Amino acid sequence: MTTFTPTTPDEVLSAVQWALSEELPLEVVGQGSKRGIGRPQQVEHTLDLSRLTGVTLYEPEELVLSARAGTPIAEIEALLAEKGQELAFEPLDYGPLLGIEPKRGTLGGALAANLAGPRRIKAGSARDHILGIHAVSGRGEAYKSGGRVVKNVTGYDLSKGLAGSWGTLAVATDVTFKVLPAAETEATLAVRDLQDDQMAAALAVAMGSSCEVSGAAHLPEGVAENVSGGILGSRAATLLRVEGFGPSVAYRIDKLKDLLKGAPQVDEIEVGTSREIWRDIRDCRPFADGTQKPVWRVSVAPSEGWKLALALRMEAPASAYFDWQGGLVWLRMESDDPEAALVRRLVVKCGGGHATLIRAGQAWRNAVAVFQPQPTALAALSQRLKNEFDPKGILNPGRMGASAA
Amino acid sequence: MSRLIMPKPDEKTLSRRDEIVADMRSIVPGEGVVDTANGMRVFESDALTAHRQMPLVVVLPQTVAQVSRVLKYCNDRNIRVVPRGSGTSLSGGALPLEDAVLLVMSRFNRILDIDYANRVVIAQPGVTNLGITTAVEQEGFYYAPDPSSQIACSIGGNVAENSGGVHCLKYGLTANNVLGIEMVLMDGEVVRLGGKHLDAEGYDLLGLMTGSEGLLGVVTEVTVRILRKPETARALLIGFPTSEQGGQCVAEIIAAGIIPGGMEMMDSPAIHAAEDFLHVGYPLDCEALLIVELDGPQMEVDHLIGAVESIAQRNGSTVCRISTSEQERLAFWAGRKAAFPAVGRISPDYLCMDGTIPRKELPRVLAGMRDLSRKYGLRVANVFHAGDGNLHPLILYDANIEDELERAEDFGADILRLCVQVGGVLTGEHGVGIEKRDLMPEMFNEVDLDQQMRVKCAFDPNHLLNPGKVFPQLRRCAELGRMHVHAGKLAFPDIPRF
Repeated sequence: MTTFTPTTPDEVLSAVQWALSEELPLEVVGQGSKRGIGRPQQVEHTLDLSRLTGVTLYEPEELVLSARAGTPIAEIEALLAEKGQELAFEPLDYGPLLGIEPKRGTLGGALAANLAGPRRIKAGSARDHILGIHAVSGRGEAYKSGGRVVKNVTGYDLSKGLAGSWGTLAVATDVTFKVLPAAETEATLAVRDLQDDQMAAALAVAMGSSCEVSGAAHLPEGVAENVSGGILGSRAATLLRVEGFGPSVAYRIDKLKDLLKGAPQVDEIEVGTSREIWRDIRDCRPFADGTQKPVWRVSVAPSEGWKLALALRMEAPASAYFDWQGGLVWLRMESDDPEAALVRRLVVKCGGGHATLIRAGQAWRNAVAVFQPQPTALAALSQRLKNEFDPKGILNPGRMGASAA
Repeated sequence: MSRLIMPKPDEKTLSRRDEIVADMRSIVPGEGVVDTANGMRVFESDALTAHRQMPLVVVLPQTVAQVSRVLKYCNDRNIRVVPRGSGTSLSGGALPLEDAVLLVMSRFNRILDIDYANRVVIAQPGVTNLGITTAVEQEGFYYAPDPSSQIACSIGGNVAENSGGVHCLKYGLTANNVLGIEMVLMDGEVVRLGGKHLDAEGYDLLGLMTGSEGLLGVVTEVTVRILRKPETARALLIGFPTSEQGGQCVAEIIAAGIIPGGMEMMDSPAIHAAEDFLHVGYPLDCEALLIVELDGPQMEVDHLIGAVESIAQRNGSTVCRISTSEQERLAFWAGRKAAFPAVGRISPDYLCMDGTIPRKELPRVLAGMRDLSRKYGLRVANVFHAGDGNLHPLILYDANIEDELERAEDFGADILRLCVQVGGVLTGEHGVGIEKRDLMPEMFNEVDLDQQMRVKCAFDPNHLLNPGKVFPQLRRCAELGRMHVHAGKLAFPDIPRF
């Protein structure tokens, strides 16, 4: 049982080549903040990238940052903040939900898990911000793709190709991201006591307006109290965030209030509390309860999320809340059984999307597909891609499913 | 045609042309198969008109089932296929091959679903880019990526090329605005990626498909995100005595946390060509003319206009006009939008290049271009998406003068090499196609290119879809599949481990 802890890309290459020649698979980890996600692996050896760190390029005026893949996100965010910038995709932190201390996780991990936050609706996810990579494939070959400029269509976008691959295709050693100016300020409106269908309509109206809403979530009754120290109380809260320059935020908040004037109660939440609330929504804090109760991350069309949750609760006890205008459904099952078949049947019924079992006991993660099973032709295509990049199945084997990937 | 070498036509396919045409007619009945020289002539090139080739046969399918059957037929018989949208590629991505079926998707021209609640439009791939905006603008929405060919280019082609436009810095490229596609693989399998939900599951195959230049699959349906039109837009027209000052102004705007909706720069030859053509009132004594457009809520735009104006003044602008009406804003843009035809007026032919550079390298690259211009004895005018560093040098030449096309192409290649040298890339939005194919090794080594080809092998292992494009040389997938394992030894035996 060996743990490789490379400090340079060459050492990563060497470790992968060793694993390849021995045909011994590696578990690829950064700081391990997402290690509990995916199908449990039976892998003896570990490629630990937590010491492959360091920012190699940061040019604020060019909106670009490159770093070794193991560089902690927290370090990157602090560096960017000094220049009033940020990773606009607002990477969520799975730590609290999975019972790990918060603010861990690496930049490479953000790409591998294609992280996003509430701003997904406006700014996209990690895959929308990655500009270039250096990586080592499962063939033990060091390669690069992309570059350091935003506009680039030179060849296939292999950088995006690693987004959401959970370390099963290649090991990124260096990543280059687009960075953006952080908003000067923000404010949030909380609309209270809306029924599900009313809330869906309100979110659609706000998102369809010119107010440039950058967060659109709904916390049902009983969930709302679990963000930001209970400041929202327990009543249902439909939340809309606006970010930008001060005068613009004030102007758009007023416009939104006008759009929502039929609602029973609309409260304005100032910048400090707003930031806490959205961090908690992002990190799934309402379900960070220290248990192993199954938590699903379900992605469907925004208009369908609440219908899925409603239908589910007719058949199994569960709590839910909604981000991304309702399209991202966080579900906590109240029994130990994740009810995978039921959840996925409802995803199909709601027009398609996918459901990922983010948290569940190890036995359950072995027993059911953690990631959404794909239709035959698509699954075959994914498998062919895996075989091209990692023909011996030495990188995180089985993590994304029972087959080699 | 210049020195471009395309894959050798397959004699067996050429000799069976009549049979293939007949079989195509049975799959796509009616007017969907074109095999006469006259009928095929209009398809012999895309917008890179310096290169022309008649296809084996032109097929215009109307249903996904037909696309699937055509591809499966060709796959089974080892017949090459070149997909084509509207044929507006500037890099020769849709250049036909003598032995290939040209699969034209223009009859897939319907919008299938407009869903305002979810802010998506589902369109067939032959719908034009502008057609999507037209379909939703009465409700106040639009589709953000706006390549300059948007009136003609198809949304399927936009996916294939990952098309951009002037609004990319703020609103992203095609890749950031497409939520899902349906596509047909070369073996005829129909696959759906993503949909109305915001992120696709599994590997980011959508990310790989976007910008794959028709080499991986044929797109048969596209789901795009639409946006509410900004409340207002205003522009500044700013002139600088040097390109350095213009470049510094751009850098400071961004450093101030401002992301303009559009930020375009023109150099002196481009300014003059545009002004001579349209008389829009561009100042002629500037080396760099900057158009900065701010869009969004009224209050925000007014706030930022002032900020940009003071940054411009601080950087020595000699002219700074601020639009006070929609008419004036459009007038600022008119010269820039007509820059290509304006240059076309002062030269019989021009080549439009498409490198991207880190913005700060602009003065160095412009100086390098002036030197190259002298070396090759050809004029160059520059328009520049200043916000995202995407350069469009227009090289002026006359195809009727012997060797001018070759010289222009060599000049262009040198410009792109320069872009790569300063940390940039060969193509920002026009694609590699055939035009930049042989320059790929300037940016990628063999191992890098092998990884890209392995993606190709996963999608189209027989290299039948759009061969001869993007990759300077094709290697068989079986050869790429071989493993080169160095047994047992660790090159860095002292990697920390425990």
